[in-house]
Amino acid sequence: MATSTRPYEHPWLAGYASAVFAFLYLPIAVLIVYSFNGQSVGGFPPHDLTARWYGALLADDAMWESVVNSLEVALAAVALALGFGLPAALALDRVAFPGKALFRRLVLLPLILPGIITGLSLLMLFVAAGMKLSLATITLGHGTALISVATTEIFAGLQAMDRAQEEASLDLGAGYWQTFWRVTLPNLRLSIVGAALLIFTLSMDEIAVSFFLIGRSNTLPLEIWSRLRRGITPEINAVSTLIFAFSLVTILIWYRLRKRQGARL
Amino acid sequence: MYSRAYKSAVAVPPLAWMALFLLAPYALLFAYSFWQVAGGEIVRRWSLANYAQLFHNPMYLDVLLRSMRIAGAVTALALLLGYPLAYYLSFRSAKKELLYQLVIVPLWVSYLVRAYAWKTILGSDGVLNTLLQYLHLTRHPVEFLLYSPFAVVLTLTHIYTPFVFLPIYAALEHIPRPLVEASGDLGASPARTFWKVILPLSLPGVLAGATFAFVLSLGDFLAPLLLGGPGGVMISNVVVSLFGAAYDWPLGAAISLVMLALVVGLLTLVQRAERRLSFTA
Repeated sequence: MATSTRPYEHPWLAGYASAVFAFLYLPIAVLIVYSFNGQSVGGFPPHDLTARWYGALLADDAMWESVVNSLEVALAAVALALGFGLPAALALDRVAFPGKALFRRLVLLPLILPGIITGLSLLMLFVAAGMKLSLATITLGHGTALISVATTEIFAGLQAMDRAQEEASLDLGAGYWQTFWRVTLPNLRLSIVGAALLIFTLSMDEIAVSFFLIGRSNTLPLEIWSRLRRGITPEINAVSTLIFAFSLVTILIWYRLRKRQGARL
Repeated sequence: MYSRAYKSAVAVPPLAWMALFLLAPYALLFAYSFWQVAGGEIVRRWSLANYAQLFHNPMYLDVLLRSMRIAGAVTALALLLGYPLAYYLSFRSAKKELLYQLVIVPLWVSYLVRAYAWKTILGSDGVLNTLLQYLHLTRHPVEFLLYSPFAVVLTLTHIYTPFVFLPIYAALEHIPRPLVEASGDLGASPARTFWKVILPLSLPGVLAGATFAFVLSLGDFLAPLLLGGPGGVMISNVVVSLFGAAYDWPLGAAISLVMLALVVGLLTLVQRAERRLSFTA
């Protein structure tokens, strides 16, 4: 009686799960509703629905500048993390070197360590090197911390890859470089795109490391942070709603892409 | 199969980068923790004075213990919310693919913005208080909601529940279904099957999620700054102020190093526990 152990839709559990979902979505609902709130402070229920905050946001140059800064940092961090994470994954997969076990743990450390430790220790390095804090130092911080994501994702892709293809390519006379471009890289396509998307979003939302490495130009989270500290501004709700909508569209596109690719493979 | 040149081409750049941007900074943090501040300058004189101060001034120990209590509460609550949710999705729901995406989506809303939304909900003229007064449950706004350890725990629980859910769900999904069916076929009740088969096999996921939630909430300083008030100050807030206005980098480095040691110690313990769990499983 296999089916008796798996009765679908247990009513108590379903109710509990709905309550957890309500908890997870409550702040997001509040955020969206209050981005249209006419009064500038909280209050319930919201009055005078308005698109005024979106208008204010459009005219807010400092906010848009920080968006552009964040995009630049995130793109550069993706390049940096993939540039070192890909060879790191290859090295973990196929090279025996002294201290490999330590290296594996060290790479993963920034992912599990509180961001403040990564931020502080990098700050000390940049101060010791006499570097001025700027978007470049934030990029170095994000890129280094997120090599962990690139390495784990690509390493998983390598483990799942069919080795025979690479061996065949090498046996048939292709060099390492050619094999890498023609066989290894196309096989890792999904892991690399997945890692890039993850690194990009993590960098866009990163604040603990950036907090210590910030120069004169703000990233978006730091711009939001500086305004939150000054008081309640509904414009923040508007920009967050926009980012949320943008993220949703991005996830949907990504799943469509993956489904189509999955179907082809 | 790979040549020496290939091996060094893939191994050397990441190793060098990690040595420069990960190992060297940690070494600097270590060095700083033994230095001093004298006359507003950092002096490279080695001593244990910072650590002595940490252990003799009860303020630091108190804040550290409070941070561990808050992180512990967040971990327990996130497990309490995340485990049943993961179990429901993996074993009892007909629409698990869709619901899984619904758990992930909140992660795409910025951390800061979600913390700020809780501020809007909990504040004295916020959503919850106005609602309570509207329903005549209370005449005056309930003040203890915001600027308290409670607000910090609630916010961090909200942020880390999906992170606890993910590894538990993955572990539950990996449990071979014939095992669960066999338990039922051999006469075990669904509850007994859960306690004797499903729960033990999902423990590695529980451990991974719990560690993540505990370590990351232990080191958080943004939620306490936004919602914690004076009673919700956590250990990283002390570090932030030592690196800012209080200008005592060496003492701040010593606290960070204590935190780092705690985290690495915990990770080692968890790894050992995981190994034992996977042997028995």
